[in-house]
Amino acid sequence: MKITSHEARERISHRDTILETTVRLMIPFIQLYGLYVIVHGHYSPGGGFQGGVVLGASLIMFALAFGLTASKNYMTESLNIIIANAGALIFTGIAALCALLGGMFLDYSVLANILPIDPISWRSHGIFLVEVGVGMGVMTIMISIYWDMASAGRLDEGL
Amino acid sequence: MIWQLDLFLLMLVVICALATITVKDLLSATIIFSAYSFLMCLLWAEMGAVDVAFTEATVGAGVSTIFFIAAIFRTTRRSKD
Amino acid sequence: MKLPALLATLVTGALLLYGTADFAVWGDPKSPPNSNISVHYVEQAVKETHVPNIVTAILGDYRGYDTMFELVVIYCAGMAVMGILRRREDS
Repeated sequence: MKITSHEARERISHRDTILETTVRLMIPFIQLYGLYVIVHGHYSPGGGFQGGVVLGASLIMFALAFGLTASKNYMTESLNIIIANAGALIFTGIAALCALLGGMFLDYSVLANILPIDPISWRSHGIFLVEVGVGMGVMTIMISIYWDMASAGRLDEGL
Repeated sequence: MIWQLDLFLLMLVVICALATITVKDLLSATIIFSAYSFLMCLLWAEMGAVDVAFTEATVGAGVSTIFFIAAIFRTTRRSKD
Repeated sequence: MKLPALLATLVTGALLLYGTADFAVWGDPKSPPNSNISVHYVEQAVKETHVPNIVTAILGDYRGYDTMFELVVIYCAGMAVMGILRRREDS
């Protein structure tokens, strides 16, 4: 059963109060939980990947309930691509910076040459910075794949 | 590691896997596949691999189901074979 | 066409099950994967990285290449979907 784009648009324009209210109430908590998973990855299960997917899922949920065009008001197309590239660049940039400072590739302890803290602590902080990069990249890529697949690349209407 | 719980979960996993490949309706297959991912997540958590269980729950049961539903929405819901 | 496929699946499954016979026992501390470098990670991870969660320490520090190329793979997947599917309005 193929759904034409006209039917899809009609279906999108039909708004549901219960759905919208529930999603509006749930999204802040989901995003807070995603940030917690990224930041607290040193002490509990989780990390950049899982937290990024949770953050991306919150915006996908917004797009499912309010329509794809409404979700683009909060995460524009260009901002999405910028954050994705920034996430990948943070990880590879820190890794290359470690190599440029005279250590091994991805050896965060040589970052103590820039900011003089204990090199062992720098290994912990380096992991945190890298996890933030992973979270940014994964979140935006998930949103981008959802946009493209749900609207066949036109980014006008979603599911 | 409780072997009774393991056996029960593994049986449910096999049932879900068989149901996923036999069901004609692709939307039903997607939802059963999501249940399969969730059961695998329970298995990982039960074996002590909590990070893997977390990844399985978010990616397998959460986002990949939405991607499958989006693909079905843009193509066809009925399987040919 | 279905019978050869079933036979191929059964033979592959039997071979895989036969291969699992050589696996180490689950949770065995003396098995080869658990007795070489893992001991160093388990004992020294907190001392060397100040990260209490050993999974994060291994993924982010000891096996940083793995995580980096995991991100690169996801990035490439997203860019490939974008390049194949996304259409401009004017075209």
